[in-house]
Amino acid sequence: MTGGISRRLYGPRGWAILALFCVAVFGVMPVLNLAVPADSPFHVSAYWVTLLGKIMCYAIVAVAMDLVWGYAGILSLGHGLFFALGGYSFGMYLMRQIGSDGQYRQPMPDFMVFLDWKEFPWQWWNSDSFWWCAMLVIVVPGLLAYVFGYFAFRSRVKGVYLSIITQALTFAAMLLFFRNATGFGGNNGFTDFRRILDIPIATPQTRMALFAITGATLIGTLLLARWLTTSRFGRVLAAIRDAEQRVMFCGYDTVHYKLFVWTLSAVICGVAGALYVPQVGIINPGEMSPANSIEIAIWVAVGGRGTLIGPLIGAGLVNGAKSYFTQAFPEYWLFALGLIFILVTLFLPQGVMGFLGKKK
Amino acid sequence: MRILLTISLWLFASGAFALDAATVNKLGFGDGDEKIAAIAALVAEGDPAAAALLQAATDGELQTAGKLVLIVKGEEAVNAATGAKVTPLPEEREDVILNNRVRRELGGAMAALKLISPDRATRLAAAKELTGNADQAMLPLIKKALASETDAGVKQLLELTQATLELKTGTKESRIAAVRTLGLSTNPNTKMLLLGILEKSKEGGYAEPDEDIRIEAQKSLKALEGRLAWGERAGVLFTSVSLGSILLLAALGLAITYGLMGVINMAHGELIMVGAYTTYVVQNLFKRTDFFDWYLLAAVPASFIAAAAVGMALERLVIRWLYGRPLETLLATWGISLMLIQTVRTIFGAQNVQVENPAFMSGGMELLTGVVMPWSRIVIICFAGAVLVGMWLLLTKTRLGLFVRAVTQNRPMASCVGVPTARVDTWAFGLGSGIAGLAGCALSQIGNVGPDLGQSYIVDSFMVVVLGGVGQLAGTVYAALGLGFANKLLEAWQGAVLAKIAVLVFIIFFIQKRPQGMFALRGRALDA
Repeated sequence: MTGGISRRLYGPRGWAILALFCVAVFGVMPVLNLAVPADSPFHVSAYWVTLLGKIMCYAIVAVAMDLVWGYAGILSLGHGLFFALGGYSFGMYLMRQIGSDGQYRQPMPDFMVFLDWKEFPWQWWNSDSFWWCAMLVIVVPGLLAYVFGYFAFRSRVKGVYLSIITQALTFAAMLLFFRNATGFGGNNGFTDFRRILDIPIATPQTRMALFAITGATLIGTLLLARWLTTSRFGRVLAAIRDAEQRVMFCGYDTVHYKLFVWTLSAVICGVAGALYVPQVGIINPGEMSPANSIEIAIWVAVGGRGTLIGPLIGAGLVNGAKSYFTQAFPEYWLFALGLIFILVTLFLPQGVMGFLGKKK
Repeated sequence: MRILLTISLWLFASGAFALDAATVNKLGFGDGDEKIAAIAALVAEGDPAAAALLQAATDGELQTAGKLVLIVKGEEAVNAATGAKVTPLPEEREDVILNNRVRRELGGAMAALKLISPDRATRLAAAKELTGNADQAMLPLIKKALASETDAGVKQLLELTQATLELKTGTKESRIAAVRTLGLSTNPNTKMLLLGILEKSKEGGYAEPDEDIRIEAQKSLKALEGRLAWGERAGVLFTSVSLGSILLLAALGLAITYGLMGVINMAHGELIMVGAYTTYVVQNLFKRTDFFDWYLLAAVPASFIAAAAVGMALERLVIRWLYGRPLETLLATWGISLMLIQTVRTIFGAQNVQVENPAFMSGGMELLTGVVMPWSRIVIICFAGAVLVGMWLLLTKTRLGLFVRAVTQNRPMASCVGVPTARVDTWAFGLGSGIAGLAGCALSQIGNVGPDLGQSYIVDSFMVVVLGGVGQLAGTVYAALGLGFANKLLEAWQGAVLAKIAVLVFIIFFIQKRPQGMFALRGRALDA
């Protein structure tokens, strides 16, 4: 199976699709959005740029999820937590960049003024530095995933047990972030961003730049994942997924393999969250709700586990459908999503990619 | 209640009206202070005629015409002092104006007068109202009421009030006796009173100059604090058991579907919701009939059947095809839960619906002042126990239970000896779902019923089953009660949200230490 995938991912067609994607993200979109006048039928509006940028963030998360679920057999129901942690880390920086332009015209973020706080709590130390926050984006989810994974994998917690525990973890974190005293804006989270690196955030150029960076990150993630999964490491990982004990008896320390891919996946999610927040303009504890994390799993399942390209397509399909449904028939979206969950698990265990592969 | 009382007092009073005319006139024509003095005098008299007059004043029926004070009810008027009928109704009448201060006095006075009512519940309510806001002028009346009081509960409350009043004015002996009585109280307000005696004044001396009284107060305070602490502990114990029983109800169904059958049913919470909405529907059917108080008798089996039917349909249509693929089962059942939520939203609306308690479940049992055990919670604790016993009997004493245990322990062997394993799966899943429905019926009595009801219980109930260990009931029971206690004890110390987070983090670490839960079934398989 791995051979087939590596052929497909590294074949001429794979490279061609990648090149086309690059042209679309770095060439066509900027031109259609910035250069083509707004009244032309070819103009791509800001709404679409934001929507596609958002979906690309989700696609990054889906690829990260595929690394742990598709290749290592770990179904995480807590990836939304890593995503949100990355978002919050970078959101702190964006909040500091508002400066004194908030509603209360004070140097502290509005919610702190509202709570009558005089100083920044310790979590906010050095948060006005871009590089510090960028580091937090990687370190916070990575560290949490490493510590959690170390204990979980060492005691051989796996399968559904692990899924349920990760769900409890993200649920606990959500409750924590809902508190005002935690220092991250409580219910409302962070919003109303003005600048990033002292550049106004709401201009078309900034939006396009963020879009392009997200696209580049997605491509980078995809290439990294492809390199990892087709390397020797990837083969051991797939072996662990299929028969962990046999791999252990062969002398491999499976804990380290799982721990590495688990932590890497969490870090990628954190980066995706950090890219998501400035584009969407809000982060709140709702991102940590267990439902969001399960949705990530369904993107992967729809696209096809263990294919890397599949989850990308899955994230696009499900989120595209979501944006369409929530506008056209908001009351039917949950029916549709529920049906997707059921039909895909019952009839498309290999996802869209498996379906396409069978046809060929 | 009040109207009944008024009428009874009225009938009783109309024969023997003879109040002091001067007092009545003061009430009718005097200024605020005079009115209050008149009210105090009327209370001190403490006879039914005075009660009727004060009640009339409270109800705004007191009017003046010329020099007469009248009680006017509709078209009939009575002389307030003599009780004689006044016909015809005088044309020129004026309402007796009562300002807020007078009204407040009037309220206290009415409570004091109700102390001599023949109805025990009225006396109890009045005695309760008086604790803490009694007036010096009521002391004679309270003494009078105490002399004739037979009910122990009312008597205790009255003695307390009497002691509070005596403390301010009485002789040294009566004050010492009062302090001793206060020591027997269970009311947190009494503590403030005793603390007030012991307080040091600014000049360095004590607020209470008499040392004997201070010593007595110290003793009483100690006794009182001890009793209050016990009350608090009993309160925490009760809420812990109550939360534990709720967790148990929510998790018992899961203990069958997940614990015994190994099916990860993420729609379990939504089956609870189905039970709660079934209760709501049954309640509505009973609303127009006279048997509203008995609707739960119908709702309990109805919610069981409704949830069991949904569960069996799910098993037949979806879950059956996913046995042996737990991760896929998890995703598919999550999809089912989303659809169930949306179905309920479409039918009943996104808002919470109202489920009313039957009369016998409202109110509560008062342990101490401020520590109330609501009947609804007590009923649910008993209900959880009953469901637990029922389930245990079903699993250990019936043929179906035998089959379920056989299939879960060794499916191929059970199949070989003729157990219809597929059908047993469906029945067992239906049983687990039905118990979720029962949990929903119980939860509808104490919480909100809305489309999101299930979501709030799913994490908790999985935690209970995982913590207790998969495969048997005892672990689930211990885990539910243990989590209830842990939650409530931490809550008293750190607040609800932090308590919940702490408990979740604890479970996460506990699972790492003992992945099989508290009570693991011993087996020889490497991959459990």
